Amino acid sequence: MRWMWIDNILEYERGERLVAIKNVSLAEEHLHDHFPAEGDLHAQPIMPTSLIIEGMAQSAGILVGAYNDFREKVLLAKVIKAEVTEDVSHGETIRYSATIARMNPQGASTRGEVAVLRHAGPNAGEWKAIGQVDLMFSHLDNNLQGLEFPEENFVFSENFRTLLESAGLGHLAETAVTT
Amino acid sequence: MSRDEIFTNVREVLEEALGADEDDITLDASLTADLEAESIDFLDIVFRLEKTFSTADRPFKISQGELFPENLMDNPDWVQDGKFTDAGMAMLRERMPHVEFGDFDNDREVTKVAELITVKSLVDFVERKLGKPAEASS
Repeated sequence: MRWMWIDNILEYERGERLVAIKNVSLAEEHLHDHFPAEGDLHAQPIMPTSLIIEGMAQSAGILVGAYNDFREKVLLAKVIKAEVTEDVSHGETIRYSATIARMNPQGASTRGEVAVLRHAGPNAGEWKAIGQVDLMFSHLDNNLQGLEFPEENFVFSENFRTLLESAGLGHLAETAVTT
Repeated sequence: MSRDEIFTNVREVLEEALGADEDDITLDASLTADLEAESIDFLDIVFRLEKTFSTADRPFKISQGELFPENLMDNPDWVQDGKFTDAGMAMLRERMPHVEFGDFDNDREVTKVAELITVKSLVDFVERKLGKPAEASS
């Protein structure tokens, strides 16, 4: 399984904002373990909040990385705040809207809204905000501890290049350093 | 802004950045030793201080290394065998006027220098910086 938790990028504004989506599918193994049927209880396939945070981290991470043409190794360093108030299940779409709050040579902080689009039920067809995920990223090569890391950018790999190209952001992919 | 107001704002910054209890954020509390700050928390604190103390007509911008000198181990004139040399101590005092070094002259271990940053250090840092004329470039 590829560790990609966003399916496409809908909006991108350099240094400002990136909007990505993730379609949740029953083909994803983790939904069957989170949570399986047990005793009298039916299975409850729910997208784990930890993976929603990862989806926001990838969305915001691309936004932060693209600002410096992917020259920096951008790593999630801290979850400042994560609050998701509704479950997301199969057949639903998650939207990650990430904005940069602050950035300097050492890293960046981002704000992110999580929304869900349901295709059936009372509010079908409407985006509904269901949470907030604010994150802190470190530019590894400028980290405070002065540690050294490999030359190649192991953060933004070929998977990210494919994603950028499919989103019509091929010009960003051209500058991305891949492993 | 009065020193008390600065302290109140710094305390709010530390409550949010470190999840620390208000009662634990005393002036002599060490950010790392007492409030359990990790290295990435310092960047979070820098961002929050910038946001808190900026005004529309005067941005509060903290340059890299201004609050806490970086890459100290890289310079053998400053650090030898994991301890600060006399030149290293002089550099620290010059670059960190907001820090009280106390008995650190006897210890000098690089790994312990972060423990010297206290809540009072941040209050002094902000007070000194707000007292300076605005930087032309900021």
